[in-house]
Amino acid sequence: MSRYLLIESQDSFSSNAVQEHVELAVALKRAGNEVTLYLVQNGVLPCRSGADGEALHEAVAAGIDVLADDFSLNERGIADRDVARGVRPAAIDAVVERLAASWKVIFL
Amino acid sequence: MAASLTIAIMDAPFENARTVTVFRLVQAALKSGHDVNVFAYEGAVGLSFARQAAHANAVHGRDAAAENHPLPRVWIEQLLGLARKSGRKLDWVNCGLCVDERGMGEAIDGVRRGTPADLWKMSVESVNSLTVGTR
Repeated sequence: MSRYLLIESQDSFSSNAVQEHVELAVALKRAGNEVTLYLVQNGVLPCRSGADGEALHEAVAAGIDVLADDFSLNERGIADRDVARGVRPAAIDAVVERLAASWKVIFL
Repeated sequence: MAASLTIAIMDAPFENARTVTVFRLVQAALKSGHDVNVFAYEGAVGLSFARQAAHANAVHGRDAAAENHPLPRVWIEQLLGLARKSGRKLDWVNCGLCVDERGMGEAIDGVRRGTPADLWKMSVESVNSLTVGTR
């Protein structure tokens, strides 16, 4: 088993690639790997409750740890209470911790 | 446990939020007690260009001081200062070829010129590496 961190900086409203990235994350998870999806910059936009799409639900349902960068949320006026169920606000330290623990990290 | 991390960054200054994300990542890593190597290539060599200058905003009637325009070189200086203060290493390397192409040889103190071989060496010596490329 390997550990993967996918850092998603794009939002699904402006890039179709996000769906493919989530499919990659889900495939990695289903292959028995530990996977975290870290949403940053405009990547946090789809995690607003009510605006969350299928991709995010798919990731959460697959058991992927979905984190949303707290700085990016604040910049965009998204309060913790507005974040969709299954997504946890997190500081960028979550990325540092995984880098230091030798996770395989991809910036998307 | 302290680790050494390497980050390769490609984006030019004043262009993309990825730059700020990388700066935040470097800051968080240093604050967590890790050493950090940064390899800036292509447009990212401009991040540490010493001649970046703040400017006024005539549209809003603000002078340069009031506008307080953020400059990446200042943020890098602050990150280098944070590393010194916390006893960690921040090795910021600009790709020499990319510097020459752009005529950006004047980097701030603490930033050095290197080659892709430096990136290879830094990556080999680090526990992990992250590439933040331009799209």
